[in-house]
Amino acid sequence: MKILNPSPEMDRRSFVKKVLNGTIAGSLFLAWPMGGGSFETPEEIPGIKGKDYDLLNQEFAFIVDITRCIGCGSCCVADKREYNVPDGNYRTWVERYVKGFSDQIYVDSPHGGLDGYQHPRTDIDEEIRDTFFVPKLCNMCKEAPCVQVCPVGATFISPDGFVLVDEKRCVGCAYCIQACPYSARFLNPITKVAEKCTWCYHRVRKGLLPACVEVCPTGARKFGSMKDETSEVYKILKGPGVLTVLKKEMGTFPALYYKGARREVI
Amino acid sequence: MDAAHTPAAMLVTNYVFPNDLHVHWSMMIVLYPYITGLVDGAFIIAALYYLFDVKSLRPVARFSLLFALAFLAIATLPLLLHLGRPERNFNMLLTPSPSSAMAGFGYIYAVSMGVVVFIILFVYREDLVELRATSKGWLQLLYRALTFDSIDLSEDARKLDQKIIRFLVGIGIPITVVLHGYVGFIFGGVKANPTWSTPLMPVIFLFSACVSGISAIILAYIVIRKAKGRSIDHECIKTCIKTLTLFFIMAFTFEMLEVFSHSYLKSGYHHMVEGLLNGPLASSFWLWQVKICSVIPLFVLGVMVLFTINKHIYNFTAAVVSALLLLQVLIMRWNVVIGGQLMSKSARGYTEFHPEWFDKEGIVAVIIVMAIPFIILFVLSRIFPFWTADNEINVK
Repeated sequence: MKILNPSPEMDRRSFVKKVLNGTIAGSLFLAWPMGGGSFETPEEIPGIKGKDYDLLNQEFAFIVDITRCIGCGSCCVADKREYNVPDGNYRTWVERYVKGFSDQIYVDSPHGGLDGYQHPRTDIDEEIRDTFFVPKLCNMCKEAPCVQVCPVGATFISPDGFVLVDEKRCVGCAYCIQACPYSARFLNPITKVAEKCTWCYHRVRKGLLPACVEVCPTGARKFGSMKDETSEVYKILKGPGVLTVLKKEMGTFPALYYKGARREVI
Repeated sequence: MDAAHTPAAMLVTNYVFPNDLHVHWSMMIVLYPYITGLVDGAFIIAALYYLFDVKSLRPVARFSLLFALAFLAIATLPLLLHLGRPERNFNMLLTPSPSSAMAGFGYIYAVSMGVVVFIILFVYREDLVELRATSKGWLQLLYRALTFDSIDLSEDARKLDQKIIRFLVGIGIPITVVLHGYVGFIFGGVKANPTWSTPLMPVIFLFSACVSGISAIILAYIVIRKAKGRSIDHECIKTCIKTLTLFFIMAFTFEMLEVFSHSYLKSGYHHMVEGLLNGPLASSFWLWQVKICSVIPLFVLGVMVLFTINKHIYNFTAAVVSALLLLQVLIMRWNVVIGGQLMSKSARGYTEFHPEWFDKEGIVAVIIVMAIPFIILFVLSRIFPFWTADNEINVK
């Protein structure tokens, strides 16, 4: 009786083939049902994709959870890439607050936090009690000063509550930049018109989350519809937790809320 | 401001919001209220003569109108140089947003321009009719248009002219007051900026406008008359100085009231404003605006008004004090417009402003913009003579 004894090379090849086939099949098996089989965008904000968008019946909210932000700067990078924001101008930025034992507050935001806060501050003499990060972006005020002062109506509030800039209409007078209490606006040095964060309106209309929210690794940035009672923002805003808005005394009624914001945050 | 911890704590780290590092309204926006202010003050002089019958102002009445027109003609130039997209400037007239203070500019400007032009045409009608008779070619055509093709110089026609002038000056006063008061409101209406956000802003702007305009008329009148080797009407200068004193007392009082109120009330952003005035603006505000260009002129004006002074010394002093006050108003505009923006909305720090030479809003552009009205004034003087004869009493 002859015993078949295949060469070791053949054995190895078939083994590799089998492993590869198995890996591909397994990956497809897992990825296909998750939408990997199509080029369609996922539905990140329920109730928008594939449905008629009712402009008059929408309400969105943005929540920044300061207790979760780690100052990685991913949101700033995502934003800069999404809009090709010119250097030195910021649609969104992250501030670093350092609190000493003397209750002195030290704030900085080098490059708007774009590089992430990889190193501690070395210019503080006293012992540090606490450090936290504060992401900033457009507050989407319901009584927006920028909208009020725009002489040509280029800045407007859309029926679904977004403060937007019509770049084809803007004359670049910068009055809106003066009027914004949060300094969320800038004059684009290339287009010469006013620009600011839109909460990624173009993405929202497709049912996608704003770019900064999507990339945030810790869930410090939350966005959702207040018409959806199952959304995280709805639950937080309607829940018992303490939320604040920036510069409340300005009477701008922001739709951007902060969770865990210390009183030092301006 | 509930977030502010302690007054000193806010400023230690000098944190400026990343988008606040750049000063968006720079020298052209300093010039714009300065120019409309000059128009305003010059018009006041003309109004005192034509409407309020202050006869001693006769030698400068017509000149003030032309001076106002020359500066009004270029009032939009600094704005166009400032706009990011100047080619879209007509959007402000075509599709204005009614909620914006700035949207009214085009209309207010157009109306004031129209009123000043018509006043000048009626004031000069008799001269223009005479010039029309002696001129030829295109100049005659120009004078024909400027006289509305009417050569009627009868007593009735002249009376009608005077009535029209009084009416136009009458409506011209509120229009120029609105033109400049509204410029003040553009700043006063920005609640995000604590140094601007005050109802006093239009008042401060208005009185300082009168100061700059009257000073400009005094200085220009003395310099032009001296340069031409002609006499200076002392009574006219005295009346101008008295009027200037009144307006300057008002302007300086309101400017100081604004600072005093902030420091007394100690509310909101007071510590930021205090830090601004004693920090980045310490020299331009306290030293130049207040001490050199306000306290000294105030003292000098007081002496000029209260004591009898030799005519020549009086006229010379009038020119010097006018020059100082022109500088005062320019520095005041600088401190409000640029100074106000040095304060970051972070309430924790101040940015810096470094003027450039060759930018479209740079120093050279500023010099060119300020030179153009004098060229216009020269051209206007060829069509509308400032003074018809050495004896100003005969000037209409």
